[in-house]
Amino acid sequence: MSTPILKRLTLLAVASGLLGGLAACSEVPQVTVYEQGQYSGKTDTRPWEGGAFNGDREAWEKALRERARGQSEYNRIQ
Amino acid sequence: MGRMKFLCDAERCIECNGCVTACKNEHEVPWGVNRRRVVTMNDGVPGERSISVACMHCSDAPCMAVCPTDCFYKTEDGVVLHDKDKCIGCGYCFFACPFGAPQFPNGPAAFGARGKMDKCTFCAGGPEETGSQAEYDKYGSNRLAQGKLPLCAEMCSTKALLAGDANVVADIFRERVLRRGTGAEVWGWDAAYGGGERKQERKREGRS
Repeated sequence: MSTPILKRLTLLAVASGLLGGLAACSEVPQVTVYEQGQYSGKTDTRPWEGGAFNGDREAWEKALRERARGQSEYNRIQ
Repeated sequence: MGRMKFLCDAERCIECNGCVTACKNEHEVPWGVNRRRVVTMNDGVPGERSISVACMHCSDAPCMAVCPTDCFYKTEDGVVLHDKDKCIGCGYCFFACPFGAPQFPNGPAAFGARGKMDKCTFCAGGPEETGSQAEYDKYGSNRLAQGKLPLCAEMCSTKALLAGDANVVADIFRERVLRRGTGAEVWGWDAAYGGGERKQERKREGRS
């Protein structure tokens, strides 16, 4: 009773194994196609995402603005 | 947020090279690579002026235009960065840049004879996970993500080098110039730190 089912299962396992083995032989493209005027590298996270600000853009902008204003000694002595 | 910019006040720069040292230390920049340098004109003669130069993060950056692999990108804050994994070290950006900002490490390199291009990142890291070791190794410290400005400007002892949002930096410089005053009598300390306006007032009042 169970022999044909077992045979089918074995065949299926062998076939999927063969397919997997063939997939491993596939070739990865070696030549990159560059698009004119398009950034082709990895995407970068924005400074307020992650790190100290956890996506709070306003807090980040405020911190930077205060820091930039602190460069003026006239602001510091007033 | 607007555009991030550097501004160097030639009246204040004393050629101490503190900005260069700060940059090299913060990012552990290898030998032969100077992301920032101080250029002096008329060295040793009256009228000598120094200016600190690095990548100016151009609004219309020529390095971006000439890169054959399109590895440059501009962040929302106007910082010009590049992906070192895409860079082929061809040196086109070096020839295109009017400031000599792109640098190429000496010695054995990962790719090509000249290696990957390295330049000032405005202390904004690069296209790797923020604060990760990979980002630090490839691009250096990401101070911008910590809410800090580039270390070269923050370390500048005379505040000749300013960094930050273009509007804020312009306001600081405008106020400085107004306090400085104009004319042949304003030079040296007065030109750098203000006092020219008081001199001009005295002159107007006939007290010379």
